Amino acid sequence: MGRPTTTVRRLGAQAARPPGVLVLLGLLVAATSLLPLGFVVVSAAELGPAEAWHLLTRPRFDDLLWNTTRLLVGGVALSLALGVGCAWLVVRTDLPLARLWHGVLCAPLAVPAFVNGYGWISTTHAVQSYWGAVLVVSLSYYPLVYLPTVAALSRLDSSVEDVAASLGAGAWSSFFRVVLPAISPAVLGGALLVGLHLLGEYGALQLLNFPTLTTGILDQYRISFNGPAATMLALVLVAFCLVLLGLEMLARGHRRRSRVGSGVGRAAARHRLGRSAPAWSAALLGLALLTLGVPLLSLLRWLVRGSSSSLPGGDLAAALTTTLGLAVAGGVLATVAALPIAWLAVRYRGVLVTAIERAVYPANALPGIVVALALVTISIRVVPSLYQTLPVLVVGYVILFLPRAAVGVRGTLELAPPVLEDVATSLGCTRTGAARRVTLPLVLPGLAASVALVSLAVGTELTATLLLAPIGTSTLATEFWSRAAAVEYGAAAPYALALVLLSAPATWLLGRAAVSRNPRRLA
Amino acid sequence: MTALRVTGLTKSFGSVRVLDGVDLDVPGGLTAVLGASGCGKTTLLRLVAGFLEPDAGSIRLGDRAVSGSGRPVPPRRRRIGYVPQEGALFPHLDVAANVAFGLASGRRSAAARRRVEEMLELVELPRSAAARQPHELSGGQQQRVALARALAPRPDVVLLDEPFSSLDAGLREETGRAVARALRASGATAVLVTHDQGEALSLADQVAVMAAGRLLQVASPSEVYLNPAGPAVASFVGHAALVPAAAVAGVAASPLGPIQVRGARDGRVLLAVRPEQVVVTAEDEPGCLRAEVLEVSFFGHDATVRARVVGTDDLVDLTARVSASGVPEPGAQVGVRVVGEVLAFPEDAR
Repeated sequence: MGRPTTTVRRLGAQAARPPGVLVLLGLLVAATSLLPLGFVVVSAAELGPAEAWHLLTRPRFDDLLWNTTRLLVGGVALSLALGVGCAWLVVRTDLPLARLWHGVLCAPLAVPAFVNGYGWISTTHAVQSYWGAVLVVSLSYYPLVYLPTVAALSRLDSSVEDVAASLGAGAWSSFFRVVLPAISPAVLGGALLVGLHLLGEYGALQLLNFPTLTTGILDQYRISFNGPAATMLALVLVAFCLVLLGLEMLARGHRRRSRVGSGVGRAAARHRLGRSAPAWSAALLGLALLTLGVPLLSLLRWLVRGSSSSLPGGDLAAALTTTLGLAVAGGVLATVAALPIAWLAVRYRGVLVTAIERAVYPANALPGIVVALALVTISIRVVPSLYQTLPVLVVGYVILFLPRAAVGVRGTLELAPPVLEDVATSLGCTRTGAARRVTLPLVLPGLAASVALVSLAVGTELTATLLLAPIGTSTLATEFWSRAAAVEYGAAAPYALALVLLSAPATWLLGRAAVSRNPRRLA
Repeated sequence: MTALRVTGLTKSFGSVRVLDGVDLDVPGGLTAVLGASGCGKTTLLRLVAGFLEPDAGSIRLGDRAVSGSGRPVPPRRRRIGYVPQEGALFPHLDVAANVAFGLASGRRSAAARRRVEEMLELVELPRSAAARQPHELSGGQQQRVALARALAPRPDVVLLDEPFSSLDAGLREETGRAVARALRASGATAVLVTHDQGEALSLADQVAVMAAGRLLQVASPSEVYLNPAGPAVASFVGHAALVPAAAVAGVAASPLGPIQVRGARDGRVLLAVRPEQVVVTAEDEPGCLRAEVLEVSFFGHDATVRARVVGTDDLVDLTARVSASGVPEPGAQVGVRVVGEVLAFPEDAR
């Protein structure tokens, strides 16, 4: 595309009006995902300056603020160092067994942070400190920097480095002056994700006894339900998220995206590690021991020890069934909700459509705790009969994971441009026939992948589930949590294992997509 | 052959009028609609195909009115074949399934298989291509399969929307000729939309020159080139430089001196000076105008020189075609001379 006549066609696409039903559906989905933000704004207005000041000046609040800030700084910095360093080693050096290491470096994503925290705390109490918290959350979340950096590095045209070398730059200098600026959007994006996850993290930090705004909100919630203190903390938390988003945008500036060209680039010349190769391999092995070895060994240890008492076969099966049901419901519903939005965005561009599409994304930056608190408050105030019911829980999942589904579904729909349907109708198909014979076969795999990705995320979600799940509804995550929080490490182990197994497929998919040359497969 | 007749076709997108009363008669054979980007040619094609409905005007295919009187006939009943840019093969189907897509007789039937083979032969692809996937084909092969797919259900009219624009130069010419051969052999009426005048003039039986939503001239390729209907056609199709002048009894007084003209009455005229009518000589040759070379494009078999005439009140830039040997440098002073009769148009003509 991009040839002259497409301008006319785009004009046509712009001028074509989206069907009313589609717009209504899109508006409904957009409004739903804006609910948490609306809640934050409304409660801020209701609170009043005097009470807000009173809440903000309590000594406990200072601690939470300080802890959250220093955890953010430490966690993001360590994740950046680990993520970028490992990505460089794997993609741009002649490290032996690079593909294997890539798998090992992605694998921590399959261990939910709260399971990782459990692995550490049940091994040593030394991690109940600031440095312990920074270490554990970084070990869990550095892949969020590592993966986009690997993707950017492997798509980076190696000739920029050749040019730098021809201009007299050494390896280090060319990395910092040429490569790093080129991949910085990916790195910054990863850092932003780590920051947002740290702000929303509850399970791991609670286990490590490191109180932050998020754990503070849940403590307040336990004490006073959805009182003004919890709301105030949620407000500050959202402010933190917005500051992070702003910082990332500021740092990114007007820099061009890192995607340079498409198609098959030249295989980049890899830097030779030479005699230091064994040392780097040993360093990676050490990292793997920390990220995977500690949690998995401790899990196995507790599994063996716990089985000497009794395996909770029935409870586990019940929790597994509930989790699978919720996961599939959340995955399907989020994908279905993403469909009208993605369809509008791909087929009908315009001001309204752009607004609808953008409205979905802020939820990406909102911690699960804020979404959950918003839904609790709104359901109590507006439709009390819905409070603590499964529909509200599933809506919570949909809001949380809709951005993820929307990106995937949109990428999928772009695989079926309207011209294919035009051709099909010119060959005698009805519009429905064209959809059945052409569009559907093209988009079905992508939609299935979106359902799977969201389902897996729902299956390991803890924070929002704790707040929203109806009494008596137990998922793998909540069952694990009630045992781990009560220091019944042996009893928690089978649930932890199930959670790790549940997260493995999505991790594998993400790891494969990062090194794939075809960016479309990321969808 | 089925004739295509378009009358008074008008279409607007929002406040932009993209087509403004287009009349086009395609008796059969291959007609090229030639125009710059954004002139409305693709919209014209999509209206004929039935993907869009016109605001006014009618479209007839043979003796059937498909648009403009009563209910519009949907695309699937128009018996048209459509070949879009870059082919748009169905990516989930192999070549055979793509070609057989529009066949009514069950895609796996013997009749369908035979038709697929016929079509592949028609577009000069080997039989072994039938089992290939679209992404395994080159751009030119994809275009041929797209044409085979469009021709397989025996359409009355085939519409091709810039089918060769994404191919590189060498492949473009070869694929274009193969497609034109296949179209002629199939006996379908064809409309080809393009912005490439070489493509239009070399492949088509009839050329329709389009600008700003109107057709400027519909005629045979040689007629369009030799007797352009107006200065716009002359400058677009012949790359002619337009020079204002005053004509009296077949001679125009112009910044280039007195020039023999044809085609216009006395009065203010626009001269359409073609590159092949401009001769570049040494600076000091008698009877020449002095000019400064602005730009040189070397093609190997020949070259074009753009030069600005020195000493005129208005800026006059001429383009000359020169032989490959003796191409001047940019910035050089040369002499230029206009030879032969020059086409002239009344200045108020569009």
